Amino acid sequence: MELFVFVVAAAMILAGAIGVVVRSHPVHAALSLILTLFGVAVMFVAQEAHFLAAVQVIVYAGAIVVLFLFVIMLLGVDRTEDIKTEPFKVQRPLAVIVGLGVIGLVTAAVVASRDVVSSRGSGLVTPDMADPDSNIRQLSRSLFGDYVVAFEVTSILLVVAVVGTVLLTRRVKPVVKEAS
Amino acid sequence: MMSALMSAATPTTTWYLVLSAVLFGIGTVGVLVRRNPLVMFMCIELMLNAVNLSFVAFARRMGDIGGQTTVFFVMVVAAAEVVVGLGIIVSIMRKRPGANVDDISALKG
Repeated sequence: MELFVFVVAAAMILAGAIGVVVRSHPVHAALSLILTLFGVAVMFVAQEAHFLAAVQVIVYAGAIVVLFLFVIMLLGVDRTEDIKTEPFKVQRPLAVIVGLGVIGLVTAAVVASRDVVSSRGSGLVTPDMADPDSNIRQLSRSLFGDYVVAFEVTSILLVVAVVGTVLLTRRVKPVVKEAS
Repeated sequence: MMSALMSAATPTTTWYLVLSAVLFGIGTVGVLVRRNPLVMFMCIELMLNAVNLSFVAFARRMGDIGGQTTVFFVMVVAAAEVVVGLGIIVSIMRKRPGANVDDISALKG
C-alpha cells in the first residue's frame, strides 16, 4: 500500500517538476507547480507529518501559487515565452550536465550510506501518544518549547516582509502642481 | 506472491532521499535554463520542497520532531521570500514590460 502511494505521489511530483521547467507558458508552469506541491503533501502524510501536509496545501498551493498567478495576470506576461532560442550556445547542455551531476552525486551519497539510513526507523508516533493529534502535539511542544525564540523572530520577519513589499510596490503619486 | 512483492518493496528512507535529490536537480536545471523571473522563482520553490521532503524523511527515520519544526520555518521563510521577490518583480516589470533576467542584469533602474 505504501509502495502504491509512493509511486503515485512520485509520479505526480516528477511530472509537475518537469512541467514547470519545460512549459513555455507561465500559467501552465504555475499549474504544474500545484501538481508537484500536492504530491509533496501526499509524501508528508505518508511520512507521518500530517500538520505539515495541511500547511503545505494551504500555504503553498493556496497562497503562494495564487500569488504567482495573480502577479502573472497583473503584469500581463501571460504570453508564451520563446524557449526555443537560447541566448548562450553552450548554456543548456551545461545546465543539464550540472543538474545530472547534482542528482548523481546526491544519489550516490544516499545509496552509499543506505546501510545507515535505509531502515524505516522507529517513526514518530510513540505508544502513549498514538491518538490522531499526536503529530500536532509533538510539533507544538517543539515549536513553543525549544524553538520559541525562532518562532518570535519569524513574526518579525513576516512584518518586515509585508512592510517592505508595500513600500516596494507603492505607486508614488505624482505631485499635482497647483494652477495658481 | 503479489503481497510478498509489495511487502518486500516497502519504500525506505533512501527512496524518499533519492526522490528529493531528483526534484532538487530538476529545480536546479530550471533556474539555470529559464529566462522568465517568475518561472525561476517557481523552480526555487521546487528546490525548497525537495529539501523539505528530505527533512521530513529524516525526521521520521530518526524519530525526532525537530526535522518537521525546521520544515515549518522553511515554509514561513519561503512565503516571505516569495512576497518580497514578487514585489521586486512587479516594480521592475512596471518600468519595462516583458523584461527577462538578461535585460535586468544591471542591478539598477
